[in-house]
Amino acid sequence: MRAVAGIDVGTRASKVVLLDADTRARLGRCSIPTGADLRMAAARALEEALAGTGIASGDVAYIASTGYGRYQVPFRDLQITEITCHARGAKALLPGTRCVLDVGAQNSRAMRVAPSGRVEAFRMNDRCASGAGRFLERVARGLEVELEAIGGLSLRSEDPQPISSVCAVLAESEVINHVTEGKKVEDILRGAHNSIAERIVALLRQVGAQPDVTLTGGVAKNVGMVRAIEERLGLPLQVPADAEFAGAFGAAIFGAERLAKRLATARP
Amino acid sequence: MIVAGVDVGSTATKAVLLDENRRIVGRGLSPTGANVVRAAERVFREALGEARLEEWDVAFTVGTGYGRYRVPFGDAQVTEISCHARGASFLFPETRTILDIGGQDTKAIRVGPGGDVLEFHMNDKCAAGTGRFLEAAAGVLGVPLADLGEVAARSKHALRITNVCTVFVESEIVSHLARGRSAEDILAGVHASIAGRSIALLRRVGIEPAVTFTGGVSRNAGMVRAVEERLGTALRICPDSPFTGALGAALFALEKAEAGAPRKSPAPSKQGAP
Repeated sequence: MRAVAGIDVGTRASKVVLLDADTRARLGRCSIPTGADLRMAAARALEEALAGTGIASGDVAYIASTGYGRYQVPFRDLQITEITCHARGAKALLPGTRCVLDVGAQNSRAMRVAPSGRVEAFRMNDRCASGAGRFLERVARGLEVELEAIGGLSLRSEDPQPISSVCAVLAESEVINHVTEGKKVEDILRGAHNSIAERIVALLRQVGAQPDVTLTGGVAKNVGMVRAIEERLGLPLQVPADAEFAGAFGAAIFGAERLAKRLATARP
Repeated sequence: MIVAGVDVGSTATKAVLLDENRRIVGRGLSPTGANVVRAAERVFREALGEARLEEWDVAFTVGTGYGRYRVPFGDAQVTEISCHARGASFLFPETRTILDIGGQDTKAIRVGPGGDVLEFHMNDKCAAGTGRFLEAAAGVLGVPLADLGEVAARSKHALRITNVCTVFVESEIVSHLARGRSAEDILAGVHASIAGRSIALLRRVGIEPAVTFTGGVSRNAGMVRAVEERLGTALRICPDSPFTGALGAALFALEKAEAGAPRKSPAPSKQGAP
């Protein structure tokens, strides 16, 4: 069997999706924290994705990398931007997708995708953490709540507490002050989710929001974030089961296509 | 006559007591923390302690800084921009431009010969270029805040910090460390980054000498040097620089007291006094 791998080296997590090169069936996937050494993260994520699948690393015929660390994957055959990969991955997971919101740890992106899958327009914020997962991480840290729990907790709020700081670092202090003033954790959390949702929806409006809107990236796992975006957008979000892997999935699909082309031209 | 200025900043709260000859007789400095009222009272007591005075000896108190309306014993409030301008011009009468780097914001102020504000710009929206940026770097590197400037001064090859966002810079520092770069070189880059941002802010108001450096970050010799190198001129600083805002507030308090302005806070009772 011939396999292809898509590797998405993100700022927080490195994701790998393995596909059967011919049938494009999903063979395995893996997500590990990226840490400081991007090369090591890419290699380890691939190794862990392969483990237990019965596929040897020699059977991986093509590797496409994407994400912030895509140039730090020395064993790649090809690197592709996250915009292209997330659009492709989202479209493959949910064919009705016309817009993609990708909210990662450090970046948020909005893309409008043509029915053909071509990216028609995109906007991103990669300058600061104000509209990304890191903002939530800071707030969670300030509140001493597990990151995994904040979304669910935020939904219990009955009196959302506005967060005025756009800067994640200043928001962390603001949150601590709210706690000292006796504000409820769930209300502060809901305010924080609303604040990021505001900025993400503004990004989406710049490319022209139209259904279906698919949410990808690690933040898609946060139910509170999904709800906050939906409320502001006035549209339901489509969240694929493997939202976190959309970029790696897209990269793997591109890899399979390139491999097929390469094999076609190599054959007599 | 004794008057007081209390500057409730986002990170630190400062108090200055002045006598009628404009001599500083007491100072207080403490982290603001979450309880603004308690911080204001703490620094006020500290300043009174240094001056060996009691609260009823104070004729008028002006509050400034972001928490100025929450100083329970404040008789009047004046913006931190005006207070920094007044305080800096008092410390250094030749002051025409002020750079104030505080815990969570940075200000550039251009002043007239009497310390009147002609123009100002501030960044309080983002932690980049403020004391918080230094704190974040210190946290990641495990270097005490007070030692930052000294460590940076040992650098031979300052690294360029490419990110603006403080959160991203933390990750950038982690990856520099992973590649074996020294804390000295990283910190030199961090100081250079803040200095660059400070100068950009100063240019927006127009840089006219002399330039006076105020705020808590002015205690960091590495920061002073980094700004001076880029500015090409010496900064005016003194041990009282972190108290500039409170000093300005106290000067306004003296003016108001001399003009017979009414006190807003109930006059402290002398009951129980010996």
